[in-house]
Amino acid sequence: MSIVVDHVNFIYGADTEHSVHALKDVCLNISDGEFIGVIGHTGSGKSTLMQHLNGLLKASSGSIYFNGQDIYDKDYKLKDLRLKVGLVFQYPEHQLFETDVFSDIKFGPMNQGLTKKEAELRAYEALRMVDFPEEFYYASPFELSGGQKRRAAIAGVLAMNPEVLILDEPTAGLDPKGRFEILDQIKKLQTERHMTIILVSHSMEDVAEYVDRIVVMNNGEVFADGSPREIFGYVKELEAIGLSAPQIGYIARNLRRAGFALPDGIITVSEAADAIMEILG
Amino acid sequence: MIRDITIGQYYQTDSVIHRLDPRVKLLGTFIYIIMLFMMKNPAGYALAFLFLILVIKLSRVPLKFILKGMKSIVFILFITVFFNLFMTPGEELVRFWKITITDRGVANALTMTVRLSLLIIGSSMMTFTTTPNELTDGMEKGLRGLKKIKVPVHEMAMMMSIALRFIPILLEETDKIMKAQMARGADFESGGLIKRAKAMVPILVPLFVSAFRRANDLAMAMEARCYHGGEGRTKMKPLIYKRRDAVSYIILAVYVVLVFFLGRHAMFKVW
Repeated sequence: MSIVVDHVNFIYGADTEHSVHALKDVCLNISDGEFIGVIGHTGSGKSTLMQHLNGLLKASSGSIYFNGQDIYDKDYKLKDLRLKVGLVFQYPEHQLFETDVFSDIKFGPMNQGLTKKEAELRAYEALRMVDFPEEFYYASPFELSGGQKRRAAIAGVLAMNPEVLILDEPTAGLDPKGRFEILDQIKKLQTERHMTIILVSHSMEDVAEYVDRIVVMNNGEVFADGSPREIFGYVKELEAIGLSAPQIGYIARNLRRAGFALPDGIITVSEAADAIMEILG
Repeated sequence: MIRDITIGQYYQTDSVIHRLDPRVKLLGTFIYIIMLFMMKNPAGYALAFLFLILVIKLSRVPLKFILKGMKSIVFILFITVFFNLFMTPGEELVRFWKITITDRGVANALTMTVRLSLLIIGSSMMTFTTTPNELTDGMEKGLRGLKKIKVPVHEMAMMMSIALRFIPILLEETDKIMKAQMARGADFESGGLIKRAKAMVPILVPLFVSAFRRANDLAMAMEARCYHGGEGRTKMKPLIYKRRDAVSYIILAVYVVLVFFLGRHAMFKVW
């Protein structure tokens, strides 16, 4: 049970003058239950790659296998794939359309062909998963705050009970509290429900804190692939392609230079705090 | 698919026609169209054709690009030809079953085809060589006399340029929303008419909401930059007539005179 991306190329607007080679020979192997962070500067092909994983975009060449099946096979039903691979777009609250939150979340499960009762059950579960306040279940989605809207939109995808959940910058434009709450809940989906999670993010701190594996995209290519500690060891290379290490990594490095015996490879605030406390006794 | 339509698009290049004052191009296109409808003989159309060739050559827009846009109107042309050919009374030329083709019918069909083609290519030459911004600028300045009779010329021009600016934005937004709903299992392709119409709701509602949100944001941004209508507003690139514009007006005047001359001259009259 996994996703295999095999030498995928994608060209936007092929055979026009303005064609853009958005993905170049991308190979990836995503196993079950992984929490993967995808980073890369704007226009590096992250979002394009994500839309390939649930079949919204079709590769110009190469193939993608979901659980061992070629998704570009003639007999393969892309609609089923989209229900198994949930994709939460950037600013997902912009796709809310129903008169109340509960019906909006039912939209996905109803499209799956579930009965009304089953769909309602799923919607209820999904709202619980994202910790959505009960008093707003029947409020109009347009009256909610930004953070609540975002939660409702994510619940809309979760209600389809996907095996893989892809989130394209789920915390963009949220305040710190909303950000951590949403990321914590996503982490829980992995640890408690064994969902495979792919998180596209611009925040090195979030990625360092939550994911098990990082894929770095640059210019449509996979630039690097490894554990956060490995990846953030290559600060110079990351900076060369417009990224950086988490800020705390820079602080730890400067402290080390100033004579503090901090260990190598600190990438999260809690690691740094522990190390500093140890030195201070 | 929407991107394939070249009519009304701007073709970026540097040419005399591109650099002409948009007022010249607007008035020129207007007169050119009126002339097309006043012509009564083939010589006039030949002249219009020559005039169009001259403009196309000067504009450096590739012929292939222009003809690509024409593809979409072939259907309209076909219908026009069909109705004119078979529905015009006159002297009978060919007859089979219930269909008759008359001499007037052939003449009308030919005239309409030529006229429509010249009309569409001619007016798309304006949009090929003028950006929407120039166009609205030209309109605003060209019609500024109407302000005296309380026509809100500036507001209309501003509305037009904003509307044009929003087309690509909303197209992109539609694409995004469609994909987002497809990711939730929405199906826009199967089912009957009613089911398909219903399937549009999850696209249309967010699209409207987003259009209003964007309009609101834009209004706010404009006010934040002290926009208060056209009163006392200056331009970064004010429209000033140059020599080439004067020359173009003269060519235009000569063209009009020639068309009238050809129209009056009985020698060229065929029907």
